[in-house]
Amino acid sequence: MSEYAAWDWSVGSKTVANLAECDCEIQWREENQASPDGEQVAAVVNTGEGEFTVCVNGSCWEPRYERVWYLRYSPDGRLSGLACDEGDWTMCIDGEQWEETYGFLFNTMFSKDGSVIACCVADAMTYGMVVDGVAWENLYDNANNFHLSADGQKTVAVVQTVPLGQAEIFKFKEGVYSVAVDGEAWDVNFVNAWTPRFNADNSSVAAQIRLNLFDYTIAVDGKPWNTVYSQVWEPLFHPKNKSIVTPVRISGKWGMAQDEKIIWQPHFYQVWQQQFSPSGDRLAAIVCPEYGRWTLAVDGKTWNTTFGDMVMDLTFSPDGRRLAALGKQDTKWTVIVDDRVWSGQYDMCFAPVFSPDSQHVAARVEKKGKYTIAIDGKEYGQNFDQCFDPTFSPDGSKVLIRAIAGGKYLRIVEPVANIIG
Amino acid sequence: MQDIYLLVSGPLAWAAWAIFLFGSIYKIWKTLDTAKKKEQVLFSYVSLKYGLRSIINWSIPFNTVNMRLNPALTAISFFFHIAFFVLLLFVSAHQVMLGEGFGISWFTIPDTLANILAFGVLGACIFFAARRLTVPEVKYVTDWTDFALLILVVAPFVTGILAYYQIGNYMLMIILHMLFAEAVLVAIPFTRLSHMLLAPLTRAYIGSEFGMVRNVKDW
Amino acid sequence: MEERVWIKDEGIEAGAAKLTPEKIEKTINAVFDNETGARLKAYVETCIHCGLCSDACHFFLSHDRDPRFSPVGKVKQTIWPMLKNKGKVSVEFMKQAVQVAQTECNLCRRCVQYCPFGIDIAYMMSLVRRICHKQEITPLYIQDTAHSHAATMNQMWVKDDEWIDALQWQEDEMRDEFPNARIPLEKEGAEIMYSVIGPEPKFRTQLIYQAAAIMNETGMDWTMPATPGWDNSDMAMYTGDSEMMGRLKRMHFDTAARLKVKKIVMGECGHAFRSVYDTGNRVLGWRMPPIPVIHALEFYWDLLNEGKLKVAKTFDEPVTFHDPCNVVRGRGLHEKAREVVRAFCPNFIEMIPNREHNYCCSAGGGVINCGPPFKNARVEGNRVKAEQLKATGVKVCIAPCHNCHGGLEDIIHTFELGIELKFLGEIIYEHMEKPNAV
Repeated sequence: MSEYAAWDWSVGSKTVANLAECDCEIQWREENQASPDGEQVAAVVNTGEGEFTVCVNGSCWEPRYERVWYLRYSPDGRLSGLACDEGDWTMCIDGEQWEETYGFLFNTMFSKDGSVIACCVADAMTYGMVVDGVAWENLYDNANNFHLSADGQKTVAVVQTVPLGQAEIFKFKEGVYSVAVDGEAWDVNFVNAWTPRFNADNSSVAAQIRLNLFDYTIAVDGKPWNTVYSQVWEPLFHPKNKSIVTPVRISGKWGMAQDEKIIWQPHFYQVWQQQFSPSGDRLAAIVCPEYGRWTLAVDGKTWNTTFGDMVMDLTFSPDGRRLAALGKQDTKWTVIVDDRVWSGQYDMCFAPVFSPDSQHVAARVEKKGKYTIAIDGKEYGQNFDQCFDPTFSPDGSKVLIRAIAGGKYLRIVEPVANIIG
Repeated sequence: MQDIYLLVSGPLAWAAWAIFLFGSIYKIWKTLDTAKKKEQVLFSYVSLKYGLRSIINWSIPFNTVNMRLNPALTAISFFFHIAFFVLLLFVSAHQVMLGEGFGISWFTIPDTLANILAFGVLGACIFFAARRLTVPEVKYVTDWTDFALLILVVAPFVTGILAYYQIGNYMLMIILHMLFAEAVLVAIPFTRLSHMLLAPLTRAYIGSEFGMVRNVKDW
Repeated sequence: MEERVWIKDEGIEAGAAKLTPEKIEKTINAVFDNETGARLKAYVETCIHCGLCSDACHFFLSHDRDPRFSPVGKVKQTIWPMLKNKGKVSVEFMKQAVQVAQTECNLCRRCVQYCPFGIDIAYMMSLVRRICHKQEITPLYIQDTAHSHAATMNQMWVKDDEWIDALQWQEDEMRDEFPNARIPLEKEGAEIMYSVIGPEPKFRTQLIYQAAAIMNETGMDWTMPATPGWDNSDMAMYTGDSEMMGRLKRMHFDTAARLKVKKIVMGECGHAFRSVYDTGNRVLGWRMPPIPVIHALEFYWDLLNEGKLKVAKTFDEPVTFHDPCNVVRGRGLHEKAREVVRAFCPNFIEMIPNREHNYCCSAGGGVINCGPPFKNARVEGNRVKAEQLKATGVKVCIAPCHNCHGGLEDIIHTFELGIELKFLGEIIYEHMEKPNAV
């Protein structure tokens, strides 16, 4: 796949593939995946009893497997699937499999630019991660909460460093879990650890920990904060420095702590999924300011619009000035941008996408089983049987729509002005 | 004796009613206020419809499964509570006092009926006491305070009957009758007799949880 | 009264050995002061000690009306002295309190329906459990389960790969019967996320098979996650670890939200339903579940009424139906369940009492999860259930809840009832039309 800017941004619609056509005999076709540039559509296909491969734009990968699953495009356009051949698992990328095979592979992850593909491995009852085919040197009795750094250079997971027998509750309370970076565990154990995350240059890792059954805090590179809380959620590093923010619960209410200092007073019923703006100047999170009502708070200040069901998919604009999320009220979803709600109500909305110039917000939306995209609250004129997330052109003037209608996969480039009118 | 009578029927009665009234308001307010401060979330599960549905269904004799399981207790309990208020509100002697005090009066019940009801209440309290002494699951959770409350509640009725039949010193009985009644009034907001005030709240809350959230009857 | 049997449990004993009077007082008062309010006060002040809740309790009835097993009797042995003494109670008292609250009450809430004032004694028993959790005297086996939840986000120490493996294995198995069958993993935008409890991938994979068969044959657009968050169960709810309950439920709802499904359909489990539908959402700030949660019973009813599920042949043996507390007293699904049962089993016989007044299985509320030390007490504490089952005269009982299954199985065995237990999905799977089967 070519660079984002070099994608075909000429306005128009084209049929990329007829999904009924495939150059191999198929019994059934599984979920479709569209490449980021929209030039490919792929799906796992069954080619006979116990035999699977992947069909891309009507042509099948050569290798046949007992099973292929979790077919996903990486951000750089490579197509990866977890594949099993004679009981051994590997990753097959664009039809070429890793040289290495393992007992089992799962949970594929991509670096932000897609250049690194990683996944989790279970081999001979031990656990760890595999990056571009290479597994950690040390595998553990158990591992979970796997994470790949944004640049793909580092991996981290919560690992079990001490064997634990059946119903060994006292040993558990002494701590048998730690955090392993590239397979190397911290030299300290905790009762629990969750959601380890890297800072911007991967030099530091922070995770939620539980010191006993009641005291929660954040550990940074193995060292717990001095302050403990009745609950915490996932830590997040500032994009420019080593400062960490995390929602914390004090006396029954949630607030936000930054490096152990309370920056949002604990008066919320919930605070989570916090995000920094790209520059780190602003901090936003999903909050529950009054019981049963949900909204966003930016730098501790709560938005006026609230939703009864839920708020999800908080997204900052590239310039950090704008903020969008999805809100659900009375089972209907909509998009909320800068505390203003789109007029459309949908059975489902997908994560909002900002244009590179931060001027427009688009989202994939669904009503009664028909999908389309909407920009700034205005729906695209055509409905589809399936649709993928929209992508803006580099200058923000056009939008790429990837969709399936009538058994055909379409690639449409439409001027944004035509949609928002 | 006359002075005591005047004290008991005058200032003390006023005081008792005032304590009862303000105590009750305070009790309900305090309960709701504490809930608001410490358990505000509960209010989002209170529904007028389902709260009332529950209160009404539990106010109909023999309407709930458990009432039908215990027919004697159900009959006696309903009788006791109804008789308590009927006697309080509709006995002619009480009306005379109301008339003297406020110049108002309403429907009264014949003395014979009042008599029967009063003896009935007495019987009901004996039944409650016997139940506390003999039924194991009641006995197990009964302590002296339960008997004290029962005695407190029955005392105005006993003295009322004695006064009506002029057994013992009439004036003394009347004074004791009024004193005990005043004590009951004062006790309502501050003892387990406060179930008179709080039961509608607990009932409405659980009725709402069962009706609105759990889609099921609570009786 | 006979002398009370106090059972030795390793978790309770070891925890109690570390307790001091100061710690006991501190934890009790911390819970009362910081976590309760008007509700507990009103309950305690309104209770007139009438004992009318007693007849609701299977423990009380099965122990020949021993008052120490009545609901209010359990409050007398736990909450009242704690309040009266302002937390100054002995270690011995706490050891007994934890047994009462954690193993002699199933939190089935039947007594709530018997109390004239609607006092929620299950709530008070939950408070006692919370206090015991803070004192670390929770029974060993259920505490281990709570640890499993914390470490793996599921009830059974199922590792991330084992879950996926179980599903792929069942998918392979299914293809002998339904050649094109699928268990779609991680299908973003599916209508339904199907979630189960930890024991299904561990011990009862046939239930996943049957559910998947129903999904496939009724043409559902469904998916299952390939990440933690698949497990809807929650023993932390029953040990009083409400922080962990919140963590588990967040994971569950986040997973459903990530998969962009419209609803969560759950397998035949009761306590998990209570956690997802009623309690877990609340500790997170959600008044009601943010994504509709449909219990299997309701799901079957929907399928039947939409004409998607069709009866191929009926199950003609006489059957009875056990109403699980958490989906009947907790959701009112009893009539819908009966309609489905009657559609497949024309020879349906009610047990008495039934519907929202059914007797508890005595396993729920985390009691069966307290493990072997308490097994006999649990089974003996539910003789009335055995009598109730026996009186139906049937040889097949449908119990649409995992804990009920566990509890009833032990009762059937101990009292030699010779009754076979079935999940409703099992009967549906065996008797529905299967258009894609070979």
